[in-house]
Amino acid sequence: MSNGPAGGVLVVLEQHDGELHRLSAEALAAGRMLAAKVGGRVECALLRAPGQAVALTGVPGRVHAVEHPLLAAYTSDGYTAALEQLIRTLTPSHVVLPHTYQVRDYAPALATRFRQVLLSDVTAIHDTETGPVFVRQLLQGKLNADYRATGAGPCFVSVQAGSFLAEDAATDAAEVVAFAPVLEAAQIRTRAGERFREAAHTVDLGSAAVIVSVGRGIGEEANIPLVQELADALGAELAASRPICDSGWVPMERQVGSSGQTVAPKLYLAVGISGAIQHLVGMKGSKCVIAINKDEHAPIFEVADFGVVGDLFEMVPELTKAVRAAR
Amino acid sequence: MKIVVAVKQVPERDAAIRVGADGRWIEEEDLSYTINEPDAYALEEALQLKEKHGGEVVVVGAGPERVTSTLREALAKGADRAIHVEAVDLGERDTLGVAQVLADAIAAEAPDLVLTGLQSDDLGLGQTGVVMAELLGLPHATIIMQVEVTASGLRVKQELEDGWFQHVEMPLPALLTMQSGGNKLRYATLMGIKKAKAKELKTETAAAAAASPSARLERVYLPQRQKHTEMLTGSPAEVAAKLVQILKNDVRVL
Ligand SMILES: Cc1cc2nc3c(=O)[nH]c(=O)nc-3n(C[C@H](O)[C@H](O)[C@H](O)COP(=O)(O)OP(=O)(O)OC[C@H]3O[C@@H](n4cnc5c(N)ncnc54)[C@H](O)[C@@H]3O)c2cc1C
Ligand SMILES: Nc1ncnc2c1ncn2[C@@H]1O[C@H](COP(=O)(O)O)[C@@H](O)[C@H]1O
Repeated sequence: MSNGPAGGVLVVLEQHDGELHRLSAEALAAGRMLAAKVGGRVECALLRAPGQAVALTGVPGRVHAVEHPLLAAYTSDGYTAALEQLIRTLTPSHVVLPHTYQVRDYAPALATRFRQVLLSDVTAIHDTETGPVFVRQLLQGKLNADYRATGAGPCFVSVQAGSFLAEDAATDAAEVVAFAPVLEAAQIRTRAGERFREAAHTVDLGSAAVIVSVGRGIGEEANIPLVQELADALGAELAASRPICDSGWVPMERQVGSSGQTVAPKLYLAVGISGAIQHLVGMKGSKCVIAINKDEHAPIFEVADFGVVGDLFEMVPELTKAVRAAR
Repeated sequence: MKIVVAVKQVPERDAAIRVGADGRWIEEEDLSYTINEPDAYALEEALQLKEKHGGEVVVVGAGPERVTSTLREALAKGADRAIHVEAVDLGERDTLGVAQVLADAIAAEAPDLVLTGLQSDDLGLGQTGVVMAELLGLPHATIIMQVEVTASGLRVKQELEDGWFQHVEMPLPALLTMQSGGNKLRYATLMGIKKAKAKELKTETAAAAAASPSARLERVYLPQRQKHTEMLTGSPAEVAAKLVQILKNDVRVL
């Protein structure tokens, strides 16, 4: 049994097969930043089976290893029950998690156990005289919103990918203390099978030098050739946002984003794409981003080097013509 | 099988968004509204399950009066009944408060399966479904693409990060939060629209909000641009010419 101090920030690290999820370090960075504002120390939590090795390089300070045979595989029921017990023992003022698929799956239930809500997908934390303000995006990035926690706590916060920069790896080894939650097999109501991928990708957008990517602004399937022609003129691969692939207008394997491919071409030309975070994480490593969108406030312009506010149905045919002429 | 689908009404995607006078929400006056996209996929999954296994599909939506138009659309697509949980103060409630009024309406129906969208297009909280599962005491799974009914309950296909999937099994009753793209969406037929007029749309008044929410939205505002984007202006032909210069000289792909 570990006796952490009341208050402080507890950061929940996520691990898969003994490797920390890449967003764990970002959650830790957010947790440290928050602790600097609200006081108290930062400690980490990690869930695993007893005896499971997890590489903790770069994690400083105390890590509460929540260990139980029933935590060998992730389940929402197991994680929620185990973390509830740890949090009731440590009584942190804030709990910070990475906004991953796994966290989306259990953290809202965990917060509900404390009659709190999760401040989800937070992009920034600001200091005010009356405590921290948490910034979230609304309307798929068109607006920002300031939220304040007003509950009795603990305050649960999950942080968006890429919003809090992971700090340099600490050199000191973590001090790992074990925490044994009480769990019973009957509490766990879901059972997951093996992970699998759909049919192998036959297009590797990851190595494409030039990508023309199309979003819902294209309106209907019959208009896809318009962007295909531009892609052909540029010798580019055609890619798309998720709704375009969901509709079957462009093959699924050409989807860019958090549930599609991650690309980093020399040029990413986004046509009629709004720039939701799930799309941006898949393409913001591009060397040059050009965006064509009729809405000057579209979030895609936030990551664009060059922007054109205009109607793609006028702009794209002109551009195709000009590119052909320049070849 | 009795299935309840929680459908949220949200602003149309292309709507021009303006911050309201009090700076706490958007101007709602001239907005047009539609069904939250993942909820449309949740409804589609429910309708297909009903076609395979029989039963009933009930849609539930919380919000002001305008929400009934979205519920009517769901009826036109094939839902059997609709419940409108009327509340004009959802913005003052936190997620737990909204989930609670929905959960109250759903508990009264005692369904076998509850479907929600994985995330709303406006608030984007991505948690109302999971909170409801906790309040209703149901097992749940999130970001689901496909649902299969088995002898012992459900077998669902769950999307994971980086293009991975897994199957998850659970007993019924259960709650699933649905991802977009698992099915092809149907349109309401003329016949469906006509039939919907005769279907039940019941309005219930939401219980009063809890005294103190645990989170409060204080202010909404346009994001500050952090990156300097060079905006190109002119006629389409002029802009195309400028772009070609950039492709040649700056990006060097021509
Ligand atoms: C768990 C999860 C995973 C996801 N994974 C992905 C993913 O991998 N990839 C992905 O892309 N999305 C993903 N999404 C969806 C994402 O949140 C957005 O919904 C999606 O990216 C929006 O696609 P879009 O930009 O094409 O459409 P919209 O957001 O509808 O944007 C269309 C844009 O076109 C513009 N437009 C309209 N007409 C014109 C015109 N005539 N000329 C010029 N511009 C025009 C509009 O101004 C608007 O900005 C995911 C969501 C979730 C919740
Ligand atoms: N007011 C509401 N009425 C009906 N369903 C809702 C409402 N708010 C949220 N939901 C459901 O919860 C899901 C997730 O919403 P959110 O947690 O806001 O991202 C939505 O896709 C809906 O299925």
